[in-house]
Parts: sequence; C-alpha cells; structure tokens
Amino acid sequence: MATAASTPKVNHIGLPILEYRGGKSTLCAGCGHNAIAERITDAMFEMGVEPERVAKMSGIGCSSKSPAYFLGRSHSFNGVHGRMPATASGAAVANRTLKVLGVSGDGDTASIGAGQFIHLMRRNLPMIYIIENNGVYGLTKGQFSATADMGSKLKTGVINHLPPIDTCALAIQLGATFVGRSFSGDKKQLLSMLKAAIAHKGTVLLDVISPCVTFNDHEGSTKSYKFMQENDEPVNEIGFVPSFDDIEVDYDSGQIYEVEMHDGSNLRLRKLLEDYDPSDKANAVRTLMESQANDEILTGVFYINTEQPTFVDLLNMVEEPLATLPESVTRPSKEAFESLMAELR
Amino acid sequence: MATVDLALGQIQGSSSTRVINDFSINVATVNGSGSQSANSVLLKSIFGMGVPVGGKNLFPSNIAGQPTWFLIRASKDGYPARKSVSEILIAMNPETAQSDVAALPPGGVVICEEKLNLEESRQDVTFYPVPFDKITAAVCPEAKLRKLVKNMLYVGVAAQLLGIDLEQVESSLRWQFGKKQKAFDLNFGAAKAGYEYARENLVKSDPFVIERMNETAGKILIDGNEACGMGAVFAGVTVIAWYPITPSTSTIEAATGLLKKLRVTPEGKATFAVIQAEDELAAIGMVLGAGWAGARAMTATSGPGMSLMAEFCGLGYFAEIPGVIINVQRTGPSTGMPTRTQQSDLLSAAFLSHGDTKFPILLPGSVKECFELTQAAFDLTERLQTPVFVLSDLDLGMNNWISEPFDYPTKPLDRGKVLTAEDLERLGSFARYRDVDGDGVGWRTLPGTMHPKAAYFTRGSGHNHAAAYTEKPDEYLAVMERLERKFESARGLAPAPVAVKNSGAKIGFIAYGSTDFALRESLDEIEKQYGVEADYLRIRAFPFAKEIGEFVAAHERVYVVEQNRDAQMASLLKLDLAAGQVGKLRSILHYNGLPVDAQSITKEFARQEGL
Repeated sequence: MATAASTPKVNHIGLPILEYRGGKSTLCAGCGHNAIAERITDAMFEMGVEPERVAKMSGIGCSSKSPAYFLGRSHSFNGVHGRMPATASGAAVANRTLKVLGVSGDGDTASIGAGQFIHLMRRNLPMIYIIENNGVYGLTKGQFSATADMGSKLKTGVINHLPPIDTCALAIQLGATFVGRSFSGDKKQLLSMLKAAIAHKGTVLLDVISPCVTFNDHEGSTKSYKFMQENDEPVNEIGFVPSFDDIEVDYDSGQIYEVEMHDGSNLRLRKLLEDYDPSDKANAVRTLMESQANDEILTGVFYINTEQPTFVDLLNMVEEPLATLPESVTRPSKEAFESLMAELR
Repeated sequence: MATVDLALGQIQGSSSTRVINDFSINVATVNGSGSQSANSVLLKSIFGMGVPVGGKNLFPSNIAGQPTWFLIRASKDGYPARKSVSEILIAMNPETAQSDVAALPPGGVVICEEKLNLEESRQDVTFYPVPFDKITAAVCPEAKLRKLVKNMLYVGVAAQLLGIDLEQVESSLRWQFGKKQKAFDLNFGAAKAGYEYARENLVKSDPFVIERMNETAGKILIDGNEACGMGAVFAGVTVIAWYPITPSTSTIEAATGLLKKLRVTPEGKATFAVIQAEDELAAIGMVLGAGWAGARAMTATSGPGMSLMAEFCGLGYFAEIPGVIINVQRTGPSTGMPTRTQQSDLLSAAFLSHGDTKFPILLPGSVKECFELTQAAFDLTERLQTPVFVLSDLDLGMNNWISEPFDYPTKPLDRGKVLTAEDLERLGSFARYRDVDGDGVGWRTLPGTMHPKAAYFTRGSGHNHAAAYTEKPDEYLAVMERLERKFESARGLAPAPVAVKNSGAKIGFIAYGSTDFALRESLDEIEKQYGVEADYLRIRAFPFAKEIGEFVAAHERVYVVEQNRDAQMASLLKLDLAAGQVGKLRSILHYNGLPVDAQSITKEFARQEGL
C-alpha cells in the first residue's frame, strides 16, 4: 500500500496533492480536526477523486469550519447548527453524481442535530458523515457535549454524570451501512478508513475522536490524546486496496474479513478482537455497549453492508443530475396539460 | 298540523317570487361520515347546470365524529365568497341540528331525518322530513356501507327539490367515481332513491330553485392546493421536501400525483424526487441543499411549519440560495385552529428569521393564480437567488373554485444566473457575490461544475464578495447593501398588482389573496346600497410595486381589507409608503377563522364611513 513517503507526485487522475489542499486552518494548533483535514486531503488525493465532484457539507462549530481547510477545489456548504444532514440530503438528491462529504461535530450531531442525524442514518443516503468528536463545545469555551463519557471531568472540575450517546451504535441500529470509529492521532487507521469510505456507496458514519487541545485534553478527560493512546482498542486492522491498484494475495485468510466494495476495490479487515464479524449488526452493537462499560474506546470498522439499497436507489431517479435536467424533460407537454384541464371541466 | 300549515303559508307567500340560482346550502354532517363526496357531487351538479357555484368545507381538526359543515353557494351573479347566512339546511347531524335550524333566516328550508322531529322548533321555515335511515336500508343491503350511502340520498332529495336534473347528478357521479363502477352503481342508486322519494312524498313549498344557465361552460372546478401543485409541476420542479401539515398537505399530494403521471421516463425513471422529511426544519434544509446544487426545489407548509423554517430561511437569504415555500395559511397563533382560514402569516413571512432579513412573497388571489404564481415563484427564486414565499390560505387552498381554464406556460423557465465550466474558462475566474450586473444578484456556479475555478464556500457567517469569511465592517456592509439592492430589483420582477377598478374615485380599496372574492361582492353592495363607487387594487406581491404607492397617492382614503387581527398588510404598506400617504390607510379586518363574507365588509365600511 502507498504510504506518505512513497506517494507519487501526481495521483492516477494526474493531480498533485496541492490540488486537494484547502485554506490555512484557523483552529488551535494541535487540534485533532486539523489532522482529520489532512487525512481527508490524503485520502481524496490517493483515491484520485475529482475535487469538483465533491460537495463538502457542514453545520456549525469548530468541526464545521474545517471543510475550509481541505479540498479548495470543491464546493462547500456551511449551513446552520445541527442541520447538515438536511442540506446534504438535498444536494445528494439534486445531483446524484456528487460525492457528498459531511463534517459535523459531537454537539452538531448528538445534541442539536440528533433528530436529523437519526433520520439521515435511516435513509442510507450516499454520503460520508464524519463526526469530529471531542466531547466539548469549543467555540463557546468548553461545555460538555452529549458524547462526553460518564465521569469525565471538565477543566473547571465539573464532572459529567450523564451517559454518552454512542453515535456508532446508534448509526448501526438505524441503518447506516458503513460504521467505524477512529482517532485523529492514528494516521494509518484513519487514512485507510477514509479511503474505504470513499469507495462505499451508502451512508458512511465515521466517529473520529479528535482531542480539543484547549478545553478537553487534560487529566480526567476521556477525549484527550493521552487517554486515547492508552485506551484505544482496535477491533480490526484496516487494509484497503483501491480498484486501480493490483490486489496482492499474501495474507492469512482465516484472520481476514474481506469486503468487495461496489467500485471494485477491496477492503480487508484483519481481526484483532476475537471473532469480530463486521457484518453482524447485533454483535456490533453489543460489543460497543460492552466496551463502554469497560472504559475501552473501540476503534475500527464496526459494521459494513454493501448490499443495502441507498436512498438514491430507492428514489428510482434518472442517471443525470435532477439539477440540470433541461426544460424539455421537466415541463410536461401541452397535450398533457390540456388533458388535465379537460378532466377538471 | 298548525305549525306546518303556518310555515307553508309563509313559503307560499314568497314562492310567487321564486329565488333562482341565488342562495346558499349548508350541509351539516359528522366528519368521517363520507359526506365529502356527496357534497362534491351536489356542487358539481349545480356547476353542471351552468350555474356559478362555490363550496366551502368548514371542518374540524379531527379524524371522525365531530360536526362539520359544507356550504354550497349558487350565485347567478358569480359571487363565490361565503354568504353570511345559508337559506337551505341539510341537517344530517343530530348533535348540531337544533342550533343549525336556529341559524336559518325566516323563510329558510330544512331537509332532515324524519326521526329528529325538528318541525316543532321553528314555525317560519319549511321542513322536508325524510326517513333517511329507512330508505338507506332498502337501497343498501350492506350495513357497513350505509353510513356513506345515506349521504348520497340527500343529494337526490335536494336535487329533486331544487330542480336539478337527475341526469346531471348522474354525470357528476361519473366524474366523482371515474371507473369505479361498483361505487358508482351504489351511489347512483342512493341518489335516485332520494330523488324518487322526494318526487313522490314531498310537496315543493319553498322558493329556491336551480335553473339551467350557461355560465360555467368551458370552466374548470379545482381547489387552490391542487392548482399550486400543478403550477410546481409545470414549472419543472425537481426536488420536493415536505412534512405533512394541515391545510397544505394536499398541495404536495397533488404535485406528487402529477409527477408520477407526467414526469417518469419511458424507462420508468423519475425526473424528480419527493422526500417526506422528519420535520419542517429538515424539509427546508433539503430544499436549500437541493436549490444550492441547482435543482428547482420547493416545500409546502402552514404557519407552525413556517415558524420552524425561520433559521434556515435566514441562511437562504444571507447565503443567497433559491427555494420555493408555499404556505397555505391557517388560523393562528400557535396551533390555533388548524382547519380554519386566515391571512395572518404575512408579516412573519416577510421578515422570517433573525437579523435584517426579508423575502419576496407572492399572493395568489384565485386558483388560476395559484397555478401561475407558483410558477412565477420558481423563476423569481432562481433569478433572485433567495427563498420566495407563496402565501395561499385554507379557503383558497382546500375549497373548490370555478375558474377559467389555466393557460399552458409559454415563457421558458428562467434558471437565473449560473456560470458553466465554459463560462469560467472564458472568464478566468469569478467571485460568487460580486454585483457585476448592478441588480444586486451575483453569478453562481453549481457543485459538480467541472472547472478548477468553479468552487466557492457557501456560508451563513460573514462573508465578502468572493464568499470568503470576513468580520471586516466594510466587507460586511458591502454585502448587506447589495442584498438591499437585490430586494429593490425584486420590486420590478414580482407580479404587478391588479387594478380591478381605478376610475378616479375618492375612496380606494386594497386587498390580496382570497379576500378578493368577498370584496368584489361587497363593492357591488356598497354601490347598490350606498351609491358609493370605490376603486380597488389587488396586491399580488411583496416587495411592493410602484403602482401600489401611486394608487394610495391617488385616493383620499384607502381601506385595506384582510383576514387577520393586526392589519398585517396595512402595516407592511406603512413601512413602504411615503410618509404623507400613511395616514390615508384604514383597515377592515375579519379573523374569526371563517372565510370573510361580503356583508361583513360592507357593514364595517358603512360604519367607518358613518353611512
């Protein structure tokens, strides 16, 4: 697999990585979100996605600013708080040829946007939904969010006594077809996961723990760099071979869960947690719930289903984008109109 | 019986002056009893007799079991508005029968179930007691269908008493039931049984009759919601996102039905998407997401839904994204009376959302305009790159109205200012919010435009002409001032007002939307009763065209007639008129939830004028 060091100057569609970069980040130095923006840049570059095909969607918050920091050649829509799913749905349906990438935060998703998050997952809309999860509200200076773990402590000493919302367990239960968790500090895992996400055709939900260096990186936080380094338990190791690369076959197939993605690429999940089967919904949810009780932060691909029809499939639309259908297609004929009038007489 | 004799005597006195094609029928039923189709058939039968007719469904916010009234007004003069009193009552609801009878004017008529023994209650009205239950049992062996069939009996009885041809009822039933032969047979059987019962057992002793006219030939009968839905389809709508809410739901249902019929390719693929969202916040979010991506997108809602859409609409205003919002207004505030009508969302639509926001609003005043202005809204929203409202109301939206047939649109769709990859190649670059044409509207690119310079960053936060984030006062001001210029451009692009009458009178009237029907009738009354001739201008859009200010300037005083408590249109006008003109405005307001009637307007005008 390609690594950062051996990356060629241009990708397979002939673009250098520069064409995938965005503006300079205005987030705090060391913010996990910056690392995620870099991994998105790398993944899109390595996968050879045409930047103009990507629609970057976001809500409000530190996370939702980050689309400005990658893919400057892609259209971007920074909407209102907690409502990225709605704008993403509208865009995805209006132009089915777009690769829709949503970036949200834990407040944007699990609190104000919980309703829209839930309904988006149900629809299996073709899009990648990334939660940059730091457990706090940064722009309003450090209040707990709904993903903060029980017993975790704010800088001010306030303890969280409410159970966290596990967005991954929720997404699996609701109908998302690619669900994983990663850590902004784990370059390799996050990059592989993003590349596989790009190859998937339904809803991808990636919960990426992304420490907030200013408000939630202290002793007592469960979303800090230190806590993640000590408690990160991958359920599998992700190998991803894009469709345009040669597939090697030197692995121990008994330890590998292999998935053929719809674009012909190949996802290999090496089992780290004993007998973890990412096609088993109920087991995935149970495993996540158990890990929470044990104070472990599981990462990896928890669930994948490449068979489920997407929302766009269900709408049974023409292949061309609805947005640019010509008038000859969208305005019914005069004859059709006259017969409607006749029925009303 | 003495009481009956007395009643008959009164009617006979007036029957020498027959009342032809000029009365109102009140059908009182229980909702959920299936009376809707019977009422449609009766209405359509009068329409088929060539007599101008209008229907109003006064229904409760309830699935089944509550009282409901359907008003059918036959008007030889073509007045479709609600009449303040109905002369004929079809009393099918025992619970409200007493009060319904009490509301009749002297000389009124009651068709009722024999068992109710209503005849004792009034001596100055004519009663036609009919053993509905007995006849129903005879014509409908299936007990569970009797409740529905019973309604068609009163259609037959009323038809016979009023002189509506049975053939006319038959063809209306054909129209109602289409190819459902079994339903047609059962219902026609019932209507016929009612008709025959009346012919053999009832002696016509009231003055009200329907006589054939030729006033409806070639006309259509349609409700405003269906007309709006049809407008959207012929405007080439491609994405609809919505959440069900009374009284707007049938707009989307009508549009969806037409899309499935007319907008599927020979290969069976849809050229549209209809999404039932999880709430109105999501519905408008999807509309804006789709509009941003270049689709002709719309939603339909009512007051509470529009309130929920406020924040997103502000984003649409500031980030300049097209989208059509049809609001079929109901009675507010809050949940209010969901099945009653009002024009009380005007101000909140005009300034929906926090900060300095404002939106173009189109105000259809007939079913034909529901069709036309919905189309206009799509052109306007893409031309101006801002959300556009269409404000209809329950009266216009959910009741059937006679109309001239609509016209097939001849103007090509206006998709607004969109740069293609070829344009960008030629131009070298573009700045999303630069006012290159001086009309306040920038050029946009759509996501998916395959050019390295196509992208821009859409945001509701402070931005400059190049769509870059800013908190600089001068850059912010430049955007806000351009948005103001854009709103000025909207004045010239939105549909102009209609000068219904402008012949130099001293007194002017202004109205909009469904108030038009009652006001036209009232103006005739005012002229007849008081000899006052007044001019009338009907507003069709906000921001206001210059003709509106000119109309006010040309009159000594101007009555603004509208269906809300707070004189919302008058208030909006006051913000716009020259200072010296503001004092000319008076208000005539009607807001009890029932559609405004001419008599109420006439009375209030006379009071204010001291006539």
